[in-house]
Amino acid sequence: MWQALRNELQPKGFELVTVGLDTQGDAGCRAFIEAAKPEHPSLIDRHHVLADLFGVINIPSSVWIDENGMIVRPAEAAPAPPQATPGPPRSLPADLPQRFVEIMAEAAKIKKDTQGYHSALRDWVEHGAASRFALSPDEVVIRSRPRDNAKALGHAHFQLATQLEMDGHHKSAIQHFREAHRLVPDSWTFRRQAWSLEKVGDGPLARFWQGPNPETPDAWPYAGDWLGDIRKVGAENYSEPWRP
Amino acid sequence: MLLRSLFVPRSDFEAGTGWRLKPEGACQGNVCIPLSQPAGDPVDVARVAKDIGMPLVAAPEYGLWALGPASIGSRALASAQAPDLRLPDLSGKEFQLSSLRGQKVLLYAWAPY
Repeated sequence: MWQALRNELQPKGFELVTVGLDTQGDAGCRAFIEAAKPEHPSLIDRHHVLADLFGVINIPSSVWIDENGMIVRPAEAAPAPPQATPGPPRSLPADLPQRFVEIMAEAAKIKKDTQGYHSALRDWVEHGAASRFALSPDEVVIRSRPRDNAKALGHAHFQLATQLEMDGHHKSAIQHFREAHRLVPDSWTFRRQAWSLEKVGDGPLARFWQGPNPETPDAWPYAGDWLGDIRKVGAENYSEPWRP
Repeated sequence: MLLRSLFVPRSDFEAGTGWRLKPEGACQGNVCIPLSQPAGDPVDVARVAKDIGMPLVAAPEYGLWALGPASIGSRALASAQAPDLRLPDLSGKEFQLSSLRGQKVLLYAWAPY
């Protein structure tokens, strides 16, 4: 979907750069990237440097950057482009565990302003700085994520956790992930990343389970889990509403 | 930014943190934070981090440190100037965001989980 949009807009001086936020790196991202067959730069971010450098704390998110390297829209929710011909409705496998059915039901409730976002994107690609969706440098800074000293400290704990995880020190990583979650409670990516590293079961869906093993619920090392947390905030509040 | 040593080459510090070390201080776009002493090369990370207000967390048993971002003005961005992001692609080849100067760029974050 993004590849098609990129091909359409590229002749107008536009490029798409996708970044997979995953401590598992290639092992986690490769299948998805190969399936998408990107012709644009497609990068891997094992330590979520996008969180530190751009304030990305949720997915999917985007940052718009102009020809001079100036950010004109800071990190915000980026809905997938509208599809010209919607595919056939997908039926769920009959043996899908109930947790996945419930997760998909919550995910379906996440609010997106596909129309608003994508017409703004086209307007910016067409009109550049004259587009009303290209924000001033001051507005970009003001609209970037709130970050106090405690949150900055949480980011450091998160990066330490990702490196410890990569080095095989999973238990130590958990301690720092927990600290990151406590200090940066509004980051979905810090939580989802950590949860996804606790595999419950096998198979391609294992990383989406993101919660306790029903047989050993006490072994779950985190305060929250995907289904519990999204129900707590309400799926409709998962992304901040898109603002022109 | 992850560190195996508290003294790192200036170019690594700049790429990792997004702060350029100049005579007038540590700068992002037109925002500069004065430093208590010139940064030098290699950079004394603990001292510069303190000057810019970046938290440093240690895991001494693994010889590892993590330097958190600055929080100038209590915002993620100190300036609208995009940091020069450098990340690898699937083949391990490093890509530099600044190579796309002259084009409009949509930086899109996703995750396989």
